[in-house]
Amino acid sequence: MDEREVLERIEARRQRASRRLLDERITLAHGAGGRSSQALVEALLLPALRNSLLEPLADAAILELEDGTQLAFSTDSYVVKPLSFPGGDIARLAVHGTINDLAVSGAQPLALSAGLILEEGLAVAELARYVASLGETAREAGVPIATGDTKVVERGKADGLYISTSGIGLVAASSKLGAQEIRSGDRVLLSGTIGDHGMAVLVARGELELEGAIESDTAPLHGLVAALLAACGAAVHCMRDPTRGGVATALNELARASRTGIVIDESAIPVAATVAGACEILGIDPLYVANEGKLIAIVGPEVAEVALATMRAHPLGREATLIGEIREERPGMVILDTTFGGSRVVDTLAGDPLPRIC
Amino acid sequence: MKHLSEYRSGEIAAGLAERIAALVEPGSSYKLMEICGGHTHAIYRHGIEDLLPAEVQLVHGPGCPVCVIPMGRQDDAIAIAEQDGVIFTTFADMLRVPATNGSLLDAKARGADVRMVYSPLDALRLARENPDRQVVFFAIGFETTAPSTALTLLRAGAEGANNFSIFCNHVLVPPPLRAILDAPDLQLDGFIGPGHVSTVIGTQPYEFIASEYRKPVVVAGFEPLDVLQSIYMLLRQLTEGRCEVENQYVRVVRREGNERALAVIEETMEVRDTFEWRGLGFIERSALGVRERWGQFDAERRFELPGTRVADPPACQCGEVLRGALRPWECKVFGTACTPERPIGTCMVSSEGACAAYYNYGRLERRSERTPA
Repeated sequence: MDEREVLERIEARRQRASRRLLDERITLAHGAGGRSSQALVEALLLPALRNSLLEPLADAAILELEDGTQLAFSTDSYVVKPLSFPGGDIARLAVHGTINDLAVSGAQPLALSAGLILEEGLAVAELARYVASLGETAREAGVPIATGDTKVVERGKADGLYISTSGIGLVAASSKLGAQEIRSGDRVLLSGTIGDHGMAVLVARGELELEGAIESDTAPLHGLVAALLAACGAAVHCMRDPTRGGVATALNELARASRTGIVIDESAIPVAATVAGACEILGIDPLYVANEGKLIAIVGPEVAEVALATMRAHPLGREATLIGEIREERPGMVILDTTFGGSRVVDTLAGDPLPRIC
Repeated sequence: MKHLSEYRSGEIAAGLAERIAALVEPGSSYKLMEICGGHTHAIYRHGIEDLLPAEVQLVHGPGCPVCVIPMGRQDDAIAIAEQDGVIFTTFADMLRVPATNGSLLDAKARGADVRMVYSPLDALRLARENPDRQVVFFAIGFETTAPSTALTLLRAGAEGANNFSIFCNHVLVPPPLRAILDAPDLQLDGFIGPGHVSTVIGTQPYEFIASEYRKPVVVAGFEPLDVLQSIYMLLRQLTEGRCEVENQYVRVVRREGNERALAVIEETMEVRDTFEWRGLGFIERSALGVRERWGQFDAERRFELPGTRVADPPACQCGEVLRGALRPWECKVFGTACTPERPIGTCMVSSEGACAAYYNYGRLERRSERTPA
């Protein structure tokens, strides 16, 4: 067999409809958002829970009521350590994360729920700080926390505080968004620098003896999304917020779901100098580092300029760039044209990006 | 990050690529081995092969510290990690390496206290913070990482730490190169020498490659332009009929290396009589162990280890890949039974492993061989 045949055989396997879960126990890799997480969802959760609302495995499920009203419904849990980091804290993440899952589904967020899991021994003053942050973040975003719950677990069973949020939102009747809308020739837009959140948290853990002013980008995207949809309407084909697993994982999911190839340009992808430096020292590729306030929008080529201008006019999209294009070739794959003049595959990682040794 | 953009300039690269193409005699072939996994990673990450004419073939060498650790040693590591009261610390790369009974990550899921650290000094700090626990550091790497392990041993000695030890798996670059050069199945034309290792050992230890085996060596840095320039320098040596050890990485590497780093290694570690390498078998005087004087910090002396030699899985061809005899995609299980999420062999685990680098980044035909879409 020659190289090409081997590559085609591997690609066929990779593109198979569902991933298999071969592990005997849950490891941290299953929580990293990469292929191990996908295997957990596709091989264990989906078969047991299968229904038409869940099946698309999108950021939010879309419920259609009898009068034609469409509601988006989403949930997420937050277990970040440390609880506070430059640029945000667990409460801000919990509010923004669920708002963003609704927003990229094309929904105007209506209300959130918050479930708090508290560890025995957590200082009330500390809890009060996070609850205040929860309230303030929700008010800033204009999305109320309409219901909630608290539970306490024994000391040692949680890292102080876990938060789970759910949210509902209203989808405009005309909205048609999703990976199935992606077409060859579409443009890929990114709202700003990548990797800020993940590196901010990594540095804040204090294990690296790295210092630097890296701030999380956590932010609610519903305003930016609303502006984009108002300007470009149905020519916006699909949106994602590239959280865990980063831009690389989000684009891979889109390539796989849409059966298209995505080609991106390394030199067009903005990375803050501090983030690039920290990533370089650790041997981590910023394409795989989490973001909590960035938008990937896939739009028809005819509106690419307008979409970019609209994003740049919004405070959360000032550094927006056109990073790539959808192609028919190499369906399911993401290809990066490197600054150096070569090209390479950008794959989904198995687990967390691991720092290199030397 | 001015530094980065300078060494990654596509414009300079294009010019260098033209000069490389001009050196290549049509119809001939040039097989160059990059010894170090860091180079393998850079080659795939930046798509460097796309800038090379089809006549130039890069062969991946044995310089991935994760890849060369045999399964028996990984079993030993897990056996230490699973002992009561132990905090086992490791660089992240080793977490997912498969052993007989799963990886360190699996051992962690079963209850072992396995923690990722970024430096052996972090492990020593953990020992200070946990006086009632035994903290073990999984020391791996070539001459690059050995000095930091050595310094940590010195510091542990100065602090009188009695709950800290290292499981020493430091290996040396020159011995496997001789093994590869002596192997009958490989025709190599030149070597890209490891940059970081050479900051410690200098360029002198490679001189036997030029003098005894008549092959050129160029020690190179890790930015893509470094690698491309070293390929140009190798091709020039070949076309001019020279074989020398040249230093492309002059901004960091000196012929005599770093004497202080070598001195701390010498003080705390000694060369083992023999050491097993994955895929390469036992190689004499190819690894470092802890000197007897520092024996209290040696996990091999402190803990009972199974020490069993475990044969590689029969399907695994990591050995051939590590020697450069097989390209990653030529391995029988590459990409099918052996993938980054379910690795059979070590080359598929570390991002510096040839198979993982090729699987994650390189699954494209080279531009010069690609049919237009």
